[in-house]
Amino acid sequence: MAEILAFEHASIAYDGRAGRQIILNDVDFSIGEGEALGLVGESSCGKSTVALAAMRYLPRGMSVIDGRIRVEGRDIAGLTDRELSRIRGNRIAMVYQDPMSSLNPVMPIGKQLMEVPLLHGETDENAAFRRAVAMLEEVRLPAAAAMMERYPHQLSGGQQQRVVIAMALMAKPALLIMDEPTTGLDVTIEAAILELVRELRAKFGTAILFISHNLGTVARICDRIGVLYAGRMVETGRIGAVFRSPSHPYTRGLLGALPRLSGGGRRGRLRPIEGTIAAADRARPGCAFAPRCSFAARHECEERPILMVELGDGHLARCARLDAVRASAEDDRAAAASAATDGAPIVLRVRKLSKEYKLTGLFGGEKKGVVRAVTDVDLDARAGETLAIVGESGCGKSTLARIVSGLLAGTSGEVKLGETDLAKLEVDDRPPEIRRQIQMVFQNPDSTLNPSHSIAYALSRPLRMLRNLASGDAKTEVSKLLAQVRLPVEVAERMPHQLSGGQRQRVAIARALAGKPKLVVADEPVSALDVSVQAAILNLLGELLEQSRLGLVLISHDLALVRHMADWVAVMYLGRVVEYGPVAQVFSPPFHPYTEALLRAAPTPDPDAAPPTAALEGMMPSPTEIIVGCAFASRCPSRIAEQCDTTPPPVRQFGEHRIACHLELGRQAPAERGGRTEIRSSIS
Amino acid sequence: MTEVSHDLAGGRVGSFRGTDAAAASRGWARKIYDLLTRSPIGTIGAAILLTWTILAVFAPWIAPYSPTKIDPALIADPYPSAQHWLGVDHLGRDILSRLIWGARTVLTVAPTAVLGAVILGTFLGLLAGYRGGIVDAVIMRIGDTLLAFPKIILYLIIIAKFGASAFNIIAVITLSSAPIIARIVRGVTLDIKNRDYVAAARMRGESAFFIMFVEILPNARGPLIVDFFLRLGYTTIAIGVLGFLGVGLPPPDPDWGGMVKEAYGMIFVWPHMTIIPSLAISSLVIGANFLATGLREASLDG
Repeated sequence: MAEILAFEHASIAYDGRAGRQIILNDVDFSIGEGEALGLVGESSCGKSTVALAAMRYLPRGMSVIDGRIRVEGRDIAGLTDRELSRIRGNRIAMVYQDPMSSLNPVMPIGKQLMEVPLLHGETDENAAFRRAVAMLEEVRLPAAAAMMERYPHQLSGGQQQRVVIAMALMAKPALLIMDEPTTGLDVTIEAAILELVRELRAKFGTAILFISHNLGTVARICDRIGVLYAGRMVETGRIGAVFRSPSHPYTRGLLGALPRLSGGGRRGRLRPIEGTIAAADRARPGCAFAPRCSFAARHECEERPILMVELGDGHLARCARLDAVRASAEDDRAAAASAATDGAPIVLRVRKLSKEYKLTGLFGGEKKGVVRAVTDVDLDARAGETLAIVGESGCGKSTLARIVSGLLAGTSGEVKLGETDLAKLEVDDRPPEIRRQIQMVFQNPDSTLNPSHSIAYALSRPLRMLRNLASGDAKTEVSKLLAQVRLPVEVAERMPHQLSGGQRQRVAIARALAGKPKLVVADEPVSALDVSVQAAILNLLGELLEQSRLGLVLISHDLALVRHMADWVAVMYLGRVVEYGPVAQVFSPPFHPYTEALLRAAPTPDPDAAPPTAALEGMMPSPTEIIVGCAFASRCPSRIAEQCDTTPPPVRQFGEHRIACHLELGRQAPAERGGRTEIRSSIS
Repeated sequence: MTEVSHDLAGGRVGSFRGTDAAAASRGWARKIYDLLTRSPIGTIGAAILLTWTILAVFAPWIAPYSPTKIDPALIADPYPSAQHWLGVDHLGRDILSRLIWGARTVLTVAPTAVLGAVILGTFLGLLAGYRGGIVDAVIMRIGDTLLAFPKIILYLIIIAKFGASAFNIIAVITLSSAPIIARIVRGVTLDIKNRDYVAAARMRGESAFFIMFVEILPNARGPLIVDFFLRLGYTTIAIGVLGFLGVGLPPPDPDWGGMVKEAYGMIFVWPHMTIIPSLAISSLVIGANFLATGLREASLDG
């Protein structure tokens, strides 16, 4: 097998104002013809630097200080600019996370695709055109010839990423580098793109370097995996071997920190990796992970460089205490799951809630249509329990969260906290006592705290506003709140930019708890965090829920997370709740076809899992469309012609579990349906 | 792409994070020092402004002669000499002394006028951006109307009507610059008001004014400070122009624009009388611009 890309003990450093900093340290791997290597690690572990270095695209100040990087056997350090540009795009192509950054917004995509062969030696425009169309068909874009005329902004995010992949494959590269190619996309679209990549790889025999923070997506695509930590490769091997017997404590940490679809749910504790990567860790003589490792022993791990140890069949790990690690129990996930709390009192009752926006013309007045963001939603949130709301982007879950928390007013229906109807009251109009009882945790750790004010300010202000505490009392209470979210007291004096994302999110949780609320609405609270940090935050939320008996409304797109955290789940599609019930029932048959599609699409870090079958086709209809029948009909794999398009779906009730669907779901006994990967048989 | 920049930044920021807390404790002097060493152009600008400020503050002690003392005997040889470093003007007044005293005027009037504009513009911009709707429309349209007049004509109309005085000059400049500053602040406000921390402030029941001034305004300080110094430059020009058009500060007080005007008829006979005050104006404008550029560079860096 010919080697396409090889890093031979390569080290890369950044020379800046603060002196020299090691970014990659002794990274060694190779990718052979047609092979797929996944590179995983938390943010700032250096995985994107690997991608840039492979094409000699290092930013100013960074350079290879040791070792070699070879492309098809040639050291790229010695290439002339002309040879280099022949390699870039021709032999190695790259797909980035954000497709819009790779597409020219003012050029039709056909023209952009044709540029590739025209630049690489093709002279006949017609031939280039034909190749472009063929490639668009290859990435399964509908009406490829018509697609050539369209501009990037006219395509959806998933379609844009397909175009970028098509463009990358136009030159028939030997290696495709994909840097988080599906990170911004919805699960169903992600699943479809991953499936496409698998297919194309089989067809063209392109080698792939797949960079991701998501172990599940890597498991779907790759043969081998490399785990990077603080610029060092800590473990590498075949996917199956690494996932089945992870041997470096960090790999184990990553796998243990991940909530699983197959897990028991009910907030059993996840194992976060304690601590964070410090800049100094990169320069440690011994193991960079030692400060965070529970196996670390002083003299063995910290004093001398640690070498990769071969464990058989190309499985290597860089750990001085391998025997101790491998001897310890593989999954010591404590099963401290909370007991089911049947009949918990309802805190929030949502009935027939709808939110519409009227579109107006340029000068107001003239009506252009109505956006139905939320339509007839019925839900209950209970004390001490978590109600999760899942769905793809644009399904209305965030709008619903914002109506409940009062950042938006609903159009019609009820949102009742106790006896008070809040549906049409924005937060400024709510009585102070009510305001105190519903608080919110936001998604983005970068904007959740005001960069101009200290943490003490962020926490004491709500104490004074919501609980009328004097500044002295507020000060002691701030310390208590920080302790509650496991942050040291000194944090109070810090500014937000001095904290990590996870710490900021903890402060945001403390802020939401400051008023002693009855209900906390959390909109994607961990989606911007690394898995290891995410696990710690989820554990914290679980504990707080137990302690204070508050209700949590959790908005999320991540089904594994929902399976882990939720007691109740509502699945939303196009502003409607299509399935609602206790978590165990929603995650087992009978399913709404949409729920089933979501579950199939969710990536699992399990190399044995069957590959996903037919992913969901098409796109969610526009919320301005007037829908008579079932909202999901246009994409439903088991659509009943006529009926689904013209009649609103009946709500089928299975105890507390409800599904809005025309299919006679109840007829089929759950036992027959088996695992979640089984294909829907002949219900239609 | 986000991940790429994130990774790279992570690599660098990682090293800053440790020193950050230390830098904060070393205080302002250190911060300003860091800032200036990072941007040479900013340092030059700051030095020019600082020099003029020191000259202005200590004018009575530094200026070698009285700025208004007329000595016709000197006109025979008005060029720079050992006694009069920059020479004398057509009435035999010492140019250096007049420049130093003139700096007092320009460095009082220009910053006051800009500060007035910043205060008024910030208030209106915050209100327009945060409230939106009809409030926004009214404020911004009035601003547009003011901006639609050619500035110099606006100055002349108002000063011709109310008379030339320091206060009127300040008022005119405040009124004509405020709409531009309001526009800047409104833009920043529109962006910031949708941030989560503003939503969090609403969730705890803060008043609109609190949100505007405590949550939003501090985050607009970067662009505002840069704009302050840019505008200081423009205002220096404006004051010079007003002086040149004869509607500046009334004589005999030294005013740079006025000095140019009094001497420009003799530019081919005694060029230094025109060129030297013109250079003074330019230096102040350039200083302010350089400092603004430096601050912008530093804010992009940091």
